[in-house]
Amino acid sequence: MGAKANVTSPGAAVGASLPHDSAHLHVTGQAAYTDDLPEPRDLLHVAVGMSPLAHGELRSTDLSKVRSAAGVVDVCLAADIPGENNFGPIVHDDPIFAVDTVEFAGQPVFAVIATTVDAARKAARFAQLDIAARPAILEIEAAVEAGSFVLPSETLVRGDPDTALQGAPHRAQRKVSLGGQDQFYLEGHIAMAVPTEDRGMTVYSSTQHPDEVQTLVAKATQRSAKDITVICRRMGGAFGGKESQAALIACIAALSADKTGKPCKLRLDRDDDMIMTGKRHDFVIQYDVGFDDTGLILGIDFEFASRCGMSADLSGPVNDRAMFSCDNAYFLENVRIVSHRCKTNTVSNTAFRGFGGPQGMFAIEYAVDDIARRLDKDPLEIRRRNFYGKDERNITQYQQTVEDSITDEVFEQLLASSDYTVRREEIRAFNANSAVLRRGIAITPVKFGISFTNTLLNQAGALVHVYKDGTVQLNHGGTEMGQGLYIKVAQVVADEFQIDVERIRIMAADTSKVPNASATAASSGADMNGMAAKKAAAKIRARLSGFAARHYNVSEGEVEFRNNSVFVADQQLSFEELVQAAWAERVSLSATGFYKTPKINYDRTTFSGRPFLYFAYGAAVTEVIVDRLTGENRTLRVDILHDCGDSLNPAIDIGQVEGGYVQGVGWLTSEELWWNDHGSLGTHAPSTYKIPTCSDLAADFRVALMQSVPNREETIYRSKAVGEPPLMLALSAFFALRDAIVSDDDPLPDLHAPATPESILRAVSGST
Amino acid sequence: MSGKTSIRFILDGNVVEITDVDPTRTVLQFLREDLRRKGSKEGCAEGDCGACTVVIAELRRDGETTETKAINSCIQFLATLDGKELITVESLSDGKKLHPAQQAMVEQHGSQCGFCTPGFVMSLYALYEETPDPTRRQIDDALSGNLCRCTGYRPIIEAASRMHALQAPAAKDRAAALRSIQRQDSLAIEHNGRRFFAPRSMDEFAKLYCRYQDATVLAGGTDVGLWVTKQHRELNTVIYTGQVVDMQDVSTSASHLELGAAATLTDVAPLLIEHYPGFEEMLRRFASPPIRNAGTLGGNIANGSPIGDSMAALMVVDTSLVLRCGEVEREVSLSDFYHDYMVNDLRAGEFVARVRVPLPRSDQQVLSQKWSKRFDQDISAVCTAYRLQLEGNMVKSIRLAYGGLAATVQRAPRAEAALLEQPWSEATVEAACEALAEDFKPIGDMRASAEIRMLACQNLLRRFYAQTQDSELQTVYSYGR
Repeated sequence: MGAKANVTSPGAAVGASLPHDSAHLHVTGQAAYTDDLPEPRDLLHVAVGMSPLAHGELRSTDLSKVRSAAGVVDVCLAADIPGENNFGPIVHDDPIFAVDTVEFAGQPVFAVIATTVDAARKAARFAQLDIAARPAILEIEAAVEAGSFVLPSETLVRGDPDTALQGAPHRAQRKVSLGGQDQFYLEGHIAMAVPTEDRGMTVYSSTQHPDEVQTLVAKATQRSAKDITVICRRMGGAFGGKESQAALIACIAALSADKTGKPCKLRLDRDDDMIMTGKRHDFVIQYDVGFDDTGLILGIDFEFASRCGMSADLSGPVNDRAMFSCDNAYFLENVRIVSHRCKTNTVSNTAFRGFGGPQGMFAIEYAVDDIARRLDKDPLEIRRRNFYGKDERNITQYQQTVEDSITDEVFEQLLASSDYTVRREEIRAFNANSAVLRRGIAITPVKFGISFTNTLLNQAGALVHVYKDGTVQLNHGGTEMGQGLYIKVAQVVADEFQIDVERIRIMAADTSKVPNASATAASSGADMNGMAAKKAAAKIRARLSGFAARHYNVSEGEVEFRNNSVFVADQQLSFEELVQAAWAERVSLSATGFYKTPKINYDRTTFSGRPFLYFAYGAAVTEVIVDRLTGENRTLRVDILHDCGDSLNPAIDIGQVEGGYVQGVGWLTSEELWWNDHGSLGTHAPSTYKIPTCSDLAADFRVALMQSVPNREETIYRSKAVGEPPLMLALSAFFALRDAIVSDDDPLPDLHAPATPESILRAVSGST
Repeated sequence: MSGKTSIRFILDGNVVEITDVDPTRTVLQFLREDLRRKGSKEGCAEGDCGACTVVIAELRRDGETTETKAINSCIQFLATLDGKELITVESLSDGKKLHPAQQAMVEQHGSQCGFCTPGFVMSLYALYEETPDPTRRQIDDALSGNLCRCTGYRPIIEAASRMHALQAPAAKDRAAALRSIQRQDSLAIEHNGRRFFAPRSMDEFAKLYCRYQDATVLAGGTDVGLWVTKQHRELNTVIYTGQVVDMQDVSTSASHLELGAAATLTDVAPLLIEHYPGFEEMLRRFASPPIRNAGTLGGNIANGSPIGDSMAALMVVDTSLVLRCGEVEREVSLSDFYHDYMVNDLRAGEFVARVRVPLPRSDQQVLSQKWSKRFDQDISAVCTAYRLQLEGNMVKSIRLAYGGLAATVQRAPRAEAALLEQPWSEATVEAACEALAEDFKPIGDMRASAEIRMLACQNLLRRFYAQTQDSELQTVYSYGR
């Protein structure tokens, strides 16, 4: 059933546009997500009781009415936690359940465990929490003013920005706000914890990071890692939202299971999910840029302040990446970046596709746009004027040499294929005769560093089993959240053995198969797990080759794997015949593979080194139309050219590019997070939080991958990571909107993100 | 014939009979928890994401033909399936061959994480059944109730436009099976002291509502469903309008459209658009097909939310409501129907029976506008409607109505006064804009700030003026399509 893989020649899986490995299961409803797994018959259901206040002293928690509600079996509070009350991955400042103080509206205070989901959720409302309200810090600027930070502020300086700014013929300053974003994975957070014998526990978790769930569940329940097995076959989307946040849900399920001795499942209602778990950091960005008549940036001073929420979570590396990414594709000779990590009484913000990179890139692109408007030039010209050079002007502000820049080539091709220059003129002519409707166009580049900035995370493991019938089970530490990692890695293994991908069964991420795996994050999934799996398969292949050479008394060079077969000198065996023979001769048919990313090194104390193995590139042209009276707008045409190196699977990669772009457009246009004056999130469901819909996609949407530009680094088949970089192609949509509302009266519209109709109306009307 | 207290519906060709139905159990709970049929997903439990989309087939009034429509199973009560066929993602394929909607999704790489996919497949299936060779706009409309966070929609749109080219499955005759489960009596369920009634005539409905005056009247359930899934409210007595055949009648007289209060938005929209093309964009942007397929015009009006989309438009064309209590009917103008926030003119046991929309006059210009963060499936921050009648260039008659600016949808008396008997000019419109700020003191919330809400509402009036001066001036929503 389902589509057949359109492999051009068997065994040549890498580079083929195979469908997602679960596509036939997705469309028939047979793909099992965590809530679809068979339930143990004595399963209990958990709901979480949350703080209604943004900040306060938790004086007492009276759960008597919760306990006596219909169907309730037990409750669980901080005092019931046998181990560590923390799910913070780096800084241990994230309590699972609040103790003494509550620090955001929505913070978990207790769990209720009942016989049904409904009973648990109903009962959670009966809690009587005595909380003495304290003043809350709800806004970024208030936090900066109060010196309220989750981590110390950081500064990165290269060159002499002050002198450069003072000597610059032109200066532009701006303060702009950039909103956050909810991940809005369609499958909300969920975990099911099943106690097993001798204090063991199996946790089925929708997580990008099974290893971390294992570690934190073990610590919370006072067990060891060996006692906990975490399994995730697939997630219904994650986008960073299930990197650190999944551990909270898993810990609550596990603590409930630990206390009751029964399997327990916690599936968050959508509203609770959005209220309780972290999002993309919103930023207040300030800059002061000095430039010459040609638009060359002479010096720039950035000040970033981000809303981290009530704890550190991943805010350190997120804000570091904003500092690393605020050059985008431009050489900043004299630059200062100050980064404030603000503590606010709101949910702790976390990873989201791009991980601080989009915010840094938004900042520099805004500055570039301002320079162009000030000089009355096409922003394209300013962009090209400031691109990194090939041999000079090619060192980033963190001292990594940009060795692989193809921004010029990408721009050249995209400008031609998109007909940018002609269309820009057409648009200006249209606008000259149109008072209400105005069109705008922008081209923006993407250069995005690939690797975890924390070097130690750049490691991966795999475990490959070949069975006697010549079929393969593939395990690795990566998780599948829809990005197509599993089919890509299967293609790699199929290629290594030169067998059809159908012979490979892709197994769930499982901490009992591959230990100590890093999160599937930082776009690194295929790079690292693909390489680890290749190494594991290569070990087995080498054993098979060696066996065949000995068995047939030929040199190993005369053993060739091809087309589901093995050619030994002039003989041909099927792959399974060779495997069978090797097994009979007691050859091990199982192997692990391990990969660590080479070349990278990075000293965080000086913000210098080579944090990234390479960069991924791309560019997009977006054309929009805006109604100056209503602020409503639509995207008319999009042209994208993106760099995936030598793609492992072009169809999957194009899917990432398209999806990333649209998700980025949502972030910059319609997706607005809104808190009331008391710090309660008002946009906590799709009724109020608006991600793009089908009709928002431009009628003319053209996406292509750069051809014949292999990764210059030795990545898996010279491919490039694709998860995060395309999101930032959406910057072109934001600056196209700004282009559309530029007028003679206001050449520098003060447009803030997200550019909702309201935000555009504010910019057009000059109200702040 | 099934009993009075049990429901019957068709699933995968079999008659499913359930005798002890919880009146507020949802179709999705039934599928996932009772049948362990896990293909349909819960993404939001409020009818906004579409992951739970299923298709309902029912007999048309002729008793011969059937129609299929996508609905949100997460907020549809199970008891409303009585007499219908339920089609889920598991129903489409025989295990060997995929349905074209499924096959096209695989071929076009239309799934990534796959969680939204069953819902999309069901919306595609409904589109496949009802609309051969759909245009992009028809595809957008059909899929506007389904959210995908991974793909960016391009491959799904591609699948929608290519699925009809794939080999069609054998046509199914649904009518015979559906006829076999139609009931003559009315459904009346009692479950743990809670009741669910599905009367079959307006007379019966009126009697029941007189008797159970504290009952919840359930129409499409697109709001009531959320009282259960989100607010965990216990509804003691539910009276369902979906089987009240004479409450769904839609007819046109010499002077009026007579719209049964229980007619769905899907059923009434084409008629309204035919007579009032100026309402088309608002009605297209009104929720999504699964919501419009279930939701009713009467429900939208009786619910009376200040951000309901239909009322401003209906108000400016002098719509009246026929209210009924027992045997007694009375007619009240929609403009007088709302007293305060969620308080209306209905008395105990009284309900909206029919909506009477006057037919347009040729010398009237009518427009309704919706202003929201997103075009499709969004709640209005501001919803406007205008009816302008000019004599020469003088405003002879004017109606302005607004949703989202006050506790109820209401007319703008000062702005209307500023326009009446004045020349239809920019200066007059500016005066009306100033008067609007006197008519309304909007609040700020997650949909818009108070200040920009007012600016938007003034600009929307300016835009109406601009459109009366330049008939070529399109909206952004319709631009280029």
